[in-house]
Amino acid sequence: MNIRSQISMVFHLDKCIGCHTCSVACKNIWTDRKGAEYMWWNNVETKPGTGYPTKWEDQEIYQGGWVKNGDTVSLKGAGKLKGLKNIFHNPNMPVLDDYYEPWAYRYQDLFDAPEGNDQPIGRAVSLITGEPMEIQAGPNWDDDLSGTPDYARQDVNFKHLSQAEQEAMFQLEKMTFHYLPRICNHCLNPACVGSCPSGALYKRGEDGVVLINQERCRAWRMCVTACPYKKSYYNWNTGKSEKCVLCYPRLESAQAPACMHSCVGRIRYLGVMLYDADQIQQVASCDETQLVDRHLDIYLDPNDPAVIKAAKANGIADSTIKAAQNSPVYKFVKEWKIALPLHPEFRTLPNLFYVPPLLPAMASVSADGTYDTVSEHLLAGVEKLRVPIRYLSSLFTAGNDQKVIDVFKRLHAVRVSRRDTTVKDVTEKQLNTVMNEAGIDVHTANAIFRLTSLATFEERFVIPAAHREEAIEMLENTGDFKGSTGFGFKEKPARGM
Amino acid sequence: MLDYLLFGALPYVALAVMLIGSIYRYTKKGFQVSSLSSQFLEGRQLFFGSQFFHWGMLMLFLGHLIGFLIPSAVLAWNGSPVRLLVLEFSAFGFAISSLIGLALLIKRRATTKRIQMVSNNMDYVVYFVLLVQIISGLGIAYFGRWGSNWFASVMSPYLYSVFAFNPNVDLIAQLSTSNAMALLMVKTHIASAFLIIGIIPFTRFVHFLVAPIDYIWRKYQLVIWNWDNKEIRNSRNYFPGKSRDFKNN
Ligand code: HEM
Ligand code: SF4
Ligand code: SF4
Repeated sequence: MNIRSQISMVFHLDKCIGCHTCSVACKNIWTDRKGAEYMWWNNVETKPGTGYPTKWEDQEIYQGGWVKNGDTVSLKGAGKLKGLKNIFHNPNMPVLDDYYEPWAYRYQDLFDAPEGNDQPIGRAVSLITGEPMEIQAGPNWDDDLSGTPDYARQDVNFKHLSQAEQEAMFQLEKMTFHYLPRICNHCLNPACVGSCPSGALYKRGEDGVVLINQERCRAWRMCVTACPYKKSYYNWNTGKSEKCVLCYPRLESAQAPACMHSCVGRIRYLGVMLYDADQIQQVASCDETQLVDRHLDIYLDPNDPAVIKAAKANGIADSTIKAAQNSPVYKFVKEWKIALPLHPEFRTLPNLFYVPPLLPAMASVSADGTYDTVSEHLLAGVEKLRVPIRYLSSLFTAGNDQKVIDVFKRLHAVRVSRRDTTVKDVTEKQLNTVMNEAGIDVHTANAIFRLTSLATFEERFVIPAAHREEAIEMLENTGDFKGSTGFGFKEKPARGM
Repeated sequence: MLDYLLFGALPYVALAVMLIGSIYRYTKKGFQVSSLSSQFLEGRQLFFGSQFFHWGMLMLFLGHLIGFLIPSAVLAWNGSPVRLLVLEFSAFGFAISSLIGLALLIKRRATTKRIQMVSNNMDYVVYFVLLVQIISGLGIAYFGRWGSNWFASVMSPYLYSVFAFNPNVDLIAQLSTSNAMALLMVKTHIASAFLIIGIIPFTRFVHFLVAPIDYIWRKYQLVIWNWDNKEIRNSRNYFPGKSRDFKNN
C-alpha cells in the first residue's frame, strides 16, 4: 500500500441554481487577463446541452482521455508516438471558435456619440483583434427547457438514448434539465500530465493538485487535447497552457477555493481522501463495467487502523488523517454512496464527484388539482422518473443504469424520511419499504439531510493544514527568510519573442 | 577580408551569443521559452504550412548532422553517381517542402488578423533568414550539384577547425569553382546559418533547443513532492537549510 492524500470534491447537483457566481469568482481571481479571456476554469453548463467547449464530451471529435489497451491504458489522441508525431500541428486541438470569441462592448461610444436622431449603441468588439464582431457564441449559451436544435438537441449523451427517449425529453410535460458546474477534476490518472512532452504538468504529491509549471510549458499544446474534460486551456497571448489550480494558495492557508467559497447554492464540498497510489494503473485499465466500483474502491477508510498506520508510515501528517476522517467527500462518496464521478469512461479517475439530480421532485397532481407530494406513485419507480436514467448513466456511470437508480433510491429515501419527521403523513409501512429498498436507516438519512441542507462552512470544507511551515524549515533557515515567502511570478509573465 | 569576417569571426560571435543568450533566457526567463504556438487562433492553414516546413527542416537538419558527424559515410555513399543523385534529389525535395511550408506560413501570418495580434518583428526576421537559408541551399543544389560531397569533404573539416578554435577560413575563402553563382550561394548559406545560430536567443528559434526528446523515455505520470513527507516528520532530520533536494517520484 502506498497511501497518498488527495483533495477531492463533491458537487450536489440538486442544489445548483445555475447562477454562475462560481464562474465569476474564479474569473475575477485567475483569468481576467489578456489571453485568458475565453477561459472559464470553472464553468456551468445546462444539461442537456453541448457544453463548453462545444461538444467537449465527444471524444470522437476531441480525442481526449485514455483508452483501454490490453491490461494498461494509452492516451487516445496524444502520448509518446501520437503526440510527437503531431507536435508541429496538433490535429485534435480545439481552436478558439470551439469555445467562443471573447468580446467587450465599446461602452465609451455611449457617452461620446454626437447628438443625433438615433440612440447610440456600444458595439461588440473582439477581445482578440479589437475589431467589431458579430457575436456567435458564448461560454454559457445553453438553453433551459426550450430544446433548441443548436444546444439541447445536440447533447452528446443522446447517442445512448433512443429516438423516442430523446423526443420525450423535449415534450412539454416531460421536459427536464439541470446544471452541471465543472472544474478540473485533479484526476488520479491525469491525461493532461501523461500527454505533456516537456513534463511541465505534474501532480503535487502532498495534496494531489494538478498544476502546470509555467516556466516549463513550451506550448506543445498536447494537454489541451488529452484532457477529456477540456480543462486545460491554451493562453494565446503568453504561449503557455493554463488550468484550474484549485486555488492552492487559498487551500494552503485553509481557505476554500473561490468557486466553492462563493457558491450561492452551497452545493460544493471539499475534503481529503486517502487512496492507494499503487492501484492507479490497475484501476484505470479495468473493464468498463467495473470502472466506477473499482474507482471508488481505491479510496480507503481513514478510520481503519491499518490504513492509518500505512498513512503514517508514508509520512502523511496526523492533521491530514484527521481531516480525512471528517471529510464530507468521504461521507458522500463512500459511506452514503450517493456521489458519482463524471464520465468515468474517460479513465482519468476524476476526484470531483456529483450527487446526481433527482429532478424534478417526484410528485403528482391529484384530482382536485392540488400538488400532492406523497402519493401512491411517489415511489412508483425511480425508474419512471422524468429524466431518463439512461441519460444520467451516460453522464455518471459509463452506462450502468442500476448505479444511478441505487443512488436515487437513497436520495429519495432521505426525502421520505424527512417527510415522516416533519409532516408525519407517511405510514410506517411506506417508510420501511423505502428505507429497506434504499438500504439506509433513519439515522443515515438524517445525516445526509444535515450535510446536504444545514451544513456549516466548516463542515462543507474540511481543509487539512498544508504544513508549509515544516516545508520551509526543511529548505531554508526560516529566520533568514522571514517575510520573504509567498507565491506568484518570480518573473513577469511576458510573451516570448 | 570579408571572408575572414564572415567565416573566421562571425562563427564565434554567433556561437557565443547563442550559448550565453540561450542559457540566460532558459534560466532567467523560463517563462519566455515557448514555441508560441498560434494554432489556437488559426488551425487549418497552419496544418500544411507547419507540417511541410518542419518535416522538411527536420530531415535537412539530420542530413547536415550526418554530414558533419560521419562525413566518410556520406562520401562512401556518394561513390556511385546514382546514389549521389538519390541523395541530392531527396535533399532538394525536403528543401522544396520547407520552402512551400514557409511560404504558406508567411501568407498565413500576413493575411490572418488573429495571427497578426500575436506577431512581432522578430517573427518576420525569422521568416526572412529562413527564406535566405532555404533559397541559398536550393541554389547550391541547382548551380553546383555537388553539395553533399562538398559538405562532407570541405565543410565538415572547416567546422571541425572552428570547433578546435583554429578556424581554417581558407577552406571556404579559396573555394574555387567555375560557377560564380554556386560560390555565392555557398557563402550566403554558411553565413546565414551562423546568423540563425546567433539570433536563436532573441527569437522563437529557442523552441528547438528545448525539443522534448526526454518524453520518449519518461514515465507518463509525474508526481512532484515539495518536500519529503517522511523526512519532514522525523525530528532527528531537523537541520535548518539542510536540503534543497526535491524528490521526484
Ligand atoms: C524537433 C524540433 C522542433 C519542434 C518540436 C518544433 C515545434 C514547433 C511548434 C509546436 C511550433 C508552433 C506551431 C503552431 O503555431 O502551433 C513551431 C513553430 C515554428 N517553428 Fe518549430 N519545431 C522544431 C524545429 C524547428 C526548426 C529546426 C526550425 C527552423 C530552423 C523551426 C522553425 C519554426 C518556425 C519559424 C515556427 C513559426 C511558424 C509560424 O507560426 O509561422 N522549428 N515549431
Ligand atoms: S480534469 Fe483534465 S486537466 Fe484536470 S487533472 Fe484531469 S485530465 Fe488533467
Ligand atoms: S455558484 Fe454554486 S449554485 Fe451557482 S452556478 Fe456555481 S455551483 Fe451552481
